[in-house]
Amino acid sequence: MAEASCPKDLLYHPDHDWARIDDEQQGVATFGITWFAQDALGEVVFFEPPEVGSTLKKDTPYAEVESVKAVADVIAPLSGQIIEVNSELGDDPSAINEDPYGQGWLVKVRLSDPSEREQLLDADAYSQLLAE
Amino acid sequence: MSRYTSLTASDEQAMLEAIGLRSVEELFARQIPEHLRLRGRLQLPDGMGEQEVYEHLAALAAENVCSERQLSFLGAGFYDHYVPAIVEAICERSEFLTPYTPYQPEVSQGTLQAMFEYQTAICELTALPIANASVYDGPSAVAFAAYMAKLHNGRGEIVASAGLHPHTLQTLRTYAHGFGSEVIEVPLTDGATDLHAWSEAIRQSTGAAIFAQPNFYGAVEDAEQLAAAAKQACARPSAAASGQSSASAASGQSSASAASGQSSASAASGRSGVGRGEGPVVIAQVDPITLGVLKPPGQCDVDVAVGEGQPLGGRLDFGGPSFGFFAAREEFLRRMPGRIAGETVDLDGRRGFVLTLQTREQHIRREKATSNICTAQALNALAAVIHLSWLGRRGIVELGELLLARTHYARERLCAIDGVSALHSQPVMREFALRLDADVEQVRRLCMSGALEPAGANAASDGPPRTAEGLSSAESARGVSAAPRFHRQAGVNPGVDLRALTGRAQDEGGLLVAITERRTAGDIELLAVTLEAALRRVKAEAVARA
Amino acid sequence: MSGSPQQREEAVTIFEKGAEGRRAFACPPLDVPAVDPEQLLPHRLRRAQGPDLPEVSEPEIVRHYVRLSKRNFDLDSGFYPLGSCTMKHNPRLHERLAALSGNARLHPLQDTELAQGALAVMWGLQRALAEISGLPHVSLQPSAGSHGELAGVLVSRAYHEDRGEDRRKVLTPDTAHGTNPATVSMAGLEVVKLATDEHGGVDLDDLRRKASEEVVCLMLTNPNTLGIFDRNIEEIAEIVHGVGATLYYDGANLNAIMGISRPGDMGFDIVHFNLHKSFTQPHGGGGPGSGPIAVSDRIAPYLPIPLVVRRPLSEDGSGAGGARDGAGRGEGENGLGEVWREHVYDLDWDRPKSIGRLRGFHGNYGTFVRAYAYIRSLGADGLRNASEVAVLNANYLLARLRELGAAEMLPLAYGQLCMHEFVLSGAPMKRELQVKTLDLAKRLLDYGHHPPTVYFPLLVEEALMVEPTETESRETLDAFAEAIASILTEAKEDPELLRGAPYTTPVRRLDEALAAKRPVIRGETRRKREGQELEAPADEARGPGGAGARGAR
Repeated sequence: MAEASCPKDLLYHPDHDWARIDDEQQGVATFGITWFAQDALGEVVFFEPPEVGSTLKKDTPYAEVESVKAVADVIAPLSGQIIEVNSELGDDPSAINEDPYGQGWLVKVRLSDPSEREQLLDADAYSQLLAE
Repeated sequence: MSRYTSLTASDEQAMLEAIGLRSVEELFARQIPEHLRLRGRLQLPDGMGEQEVYEHLAALAAENVCSERQLSFLGAGFYDHYVPAIVEAICERSEFLTPYTPYQPEVSQGTLQAMFEYQTAICELTALPIANASVYDGPSAVAFAAYMAKLHNGRGEIVASAGLHPHTLQTLRTYAHGFGSEVIEVPLTDGATDLHAWSEAIRQSTGAAIFAQPNFYGAVEDAEQLAAAAKQACARPSAAASGQSSASAASGQSSASAASGQSSASAASGRSGVGRGEGPVVIAQVDPITLGVLKPPGQCDVDVAVGEGQPLGGRLDFGGPSFGFFAAREEFLRRMPGRIAGETVDLDGRRGFVLTLQTREQHIRREKATSNICTAQALNALAAVIHLSWLGRRGIVELGELLLARTHYARERLCAIDGVSALHSQPVMREFALRLDADVEQVRRLCMSGALEPAGANAASDGPPRTAEGLSSAESARGVSAAPRFHRQAGVNPGVDLRALTGRAQDEGGLLVAITERRTAGDIELLAVTLEAALRRVKAEAVARA
Repeated sequence: MSGSPQQREEAVTIFEKGAEGRRAFACPPLDVPAVDPEQLLPHRLRRAQGPDLPEVSEPEIVRHYVRLSKRNFDLDSGFYPLGSCTMKHNPRLHERLAALSGNARLHPLQDTELAQGALAVMWGLQRALAEISGLPHVSLQPSAGSHGELAGVLVSRAYHEDRGEDRRKVLTPDTAHGTNPATVSMAGLEVVKLATDEHGGVDLDDLRRKASEEVVCLMLTNPNTLGIFDRNIEEIAEIVHGVGATLYYDGANLNAIMGISRPGDMGFDIVHFNLHKSFTQPHGGGGPGSGPIAVSDRIAPYLPIPLVVRRPLSEDGSGAGGARDGAGRGEGENGLGEVWREHVYDLDWDRPKSIGRLRGFHGNYGTFVRAYAYIRSLGADGLRNASEVAVLNANYLLARLRELGAAEMLPLAYGQLCMHEFVLSGAPMKRELQVKTLDLAKRLLDYGHHPPTVYFPLLVEEALMVEPTETESRETLDAFAEAIASILTEAKEDPELLRGAPYTTPVRRLDEALAAKRPVIRGETRRKREGQELEAPADEARGPGGAGARGAR
């Protein structure tokens, strides 16, 4: 399991999802779940990647992650269309626990409204939220 | 103090003191508002001692005419198979009888491993890769399968063959009305699902296509052809497809399977691959005891095989409890309802079993669960795996061949009677439907009256030849007929009145006759002469009235 | 459980045992003329290679399953205080009665006049359940609690539909069993959750907000899953009935109130019973169960078919003052029974507004025999006494735990007293000692007790739900309380001991994540393992490797 962390270069959704803006110009971002989310869930045993091409709407679920005794919705931090999924997680989802901000990424998305990012939290604000 | 509690008056006093109350009354008075408490006592009889209860219920049980007292050819879903003594001996052990669902796997390895073995047995029988630990019964298993199909492809139309058991069709309709699906019934032709109507009924909006094997009328269906037709029918460009194209598609498949034999099934499954937005989920309700002989669902391109488990180690029990089995193709692993046992290891690396994939289930996924079912029919499933182990790899085939031969013979024998004909010409395996040219109810009553003394019917009771020391030889002990041990007054129960069960006008005059390994050639002969005598008398009475 | 060498042996399935040619079954000889196989069944409908079932002798089968049985903990050998499951003693008399050939070998389609004893049992059970619940009409058809719930929701829906109302919402408290919301979805309806108030009951303000003309019913358990009797029940009923909805009683906790308070009198319209809880049907390691429902007059027309009905014999014109068995069929025609009766029993199918069937035949008759025998054994006073002792035992156990100082680490989640069960929270233990409820539960196994229900209800953090039932003696309750106290001492002194527990069981903690990640839900067969490949196509049908096919290990 990874150490507790909250990287500075990410944006956070209060439902414990993160977004990394990969390409400002193209409006492409990567999504995943936070260290806190995977820790609360426990060992992830199943993740079924959504289909490439499907449309995501900010604040609504687009996938599920399962541990032995829980299922959690994964919430889209921003709106857009999926252009790539981390298909390796379908065979072995352990990267979600081991490296939630790296190898454990879930989807890459072409954002439909990059201005939505204004509504997300930065690392400090998210840490604050967790402390509360 | 009843005989099932252990507190003495002094226990009660000490316990109340520990709680800090004066009376049991106070315990309730503090928690339940006075006016919600029952004034007076329940209007029920006083309790009875163990012996009295035994005598009372034994007297009631004696009023039932069971299959040990009457030579019976009843079937239609529940069958009087021989269940080996070891099934009861093992299932009545406290260790299997009295635990709850295995929530603590460290102390439930017996139940969990038995579930795992049961799942393995169901996979072997059906030739499908996955199975759950069982559901309530056969008809509800079909309803669960239809619900799974809807969760899988989101389509609300269910095409169901009229060859399904009427209880299955009724159960399916009740459930389907609940989850918002429509059931479209496809008629039979000569006792088997009408292939043309089947293909026509299946459209792109069809979520599930369901048939029974063998069907309710005893007919062995061409399962491969039905599955292929279901998948091809849906592959048609649109609902506008003409009847001609579907008919030719179906016949094309049938000639292909005839030519290449067994291999066509795997070829078909390689091609079709049900997915979201593709063909319907093809569901077969199969009779497990036939699967030593009949081509299994997994080799017929069927996606989901379910069925009534009673023939495997089950009692008749006036209809329950039994179990429903549920097997499917790999891709349904995470949509399957019910409990599933899986293999794993413990902290020391030793092999063990747990309930697994629980995130499908109601206690975790709640309103998004794959079904609302909480439990399996674990004890019945245990009986099934013991019975199947007892039959064994060869026995299940031998038994199937015996049933096939006897059932075929029985149909021929009964159809030789004046006024009796076969309801259809399809192959039969353990049950068949006849048509009588007389009122079925009247004929049945006569057969069961014990008032008929058909000539030659008692040949078997003349006493078998003796061997040394007064023991009858195995051959004669097996007997030509088991009839002598039945009560003569109970007569012969010739089978099920079809019309009464299905309510279908075309089933008028129909009689459904089940043959198990407990019904010998001699029993069949006794049925034949009894039926013949009953028919003769009905006709004679009709003539007399006229 | 001692963890004997036999219990600790490596698991081997029946499919991995045996040897080529071994068998237990001797097929009856072919006693009809042999016919060309193709004529019996065309080749293309036949299976080429039989299923790969075990090849074992009878002694092997017996030993295999008897040894397996010894790897189980069971109610007959130890205390089993599983909350919400009512693990009360299963009288052996019931097994004897269910096994009588008149019951066990009675075909469900036997003519009703030849099954009068069975129908009399069913009718008697219907009447008794109606009396216990205070609701007059009973269907025995549902096969389990969850099945009874589905029946209850479907009859509610049918009631509204019949009145031309299209209602879609079902209210369930957040303390509800997971089956409640799952059932609602299967019935095509939508779940609306209700909050819990500070006393552990339904939050009335939340209920008032959410009660509307769109609501089908409210599903409630009382006493609820916290073991608390909701004193506001009448007000709840008033609010629910005020918007035209029905009130549904989940009978999981009926064992607290038999003969003491009746759901029908509280205002409930529909009740389901768990015959495998309050009425002693053995649990069988996870089924069979049975979930009859009782309903009020207005819901009665929608009950599943068939119902068992009784008519006076004289109505049939077949003789006054009783007749022999085979009633209505003439004097002693069968000569099979000696019981004189005044009534004839029948199955009523003619119920045009019924929701239909939920399963095959008439329900789990074997469980009806046991439940009926239990009710006749206890009678009115015995049933009431059973509930009284169940509640006394639960409160005594709670008091003993307090007395032994367990409340510091395992406080009662709500209230002071309880009904037949209580819920403790392991939150302080987890916070102070980093020992979870799960660890405590596993350690209890080493003390020879089955643990209580853990992590339910979801509302309570680190929940431990204890239901001792009335059939346990004071000594057993004392021993259990002392075991908990002793484990809490261990938790303070050596928490690691608990985290590694259990140590004396046939296997130690099992890797559930592995089982879910790499699902192996079907075993290998001996022939496969020994490389005796079956010829195609039977072999082919096993499909490609993967989740169901074989283990990676």
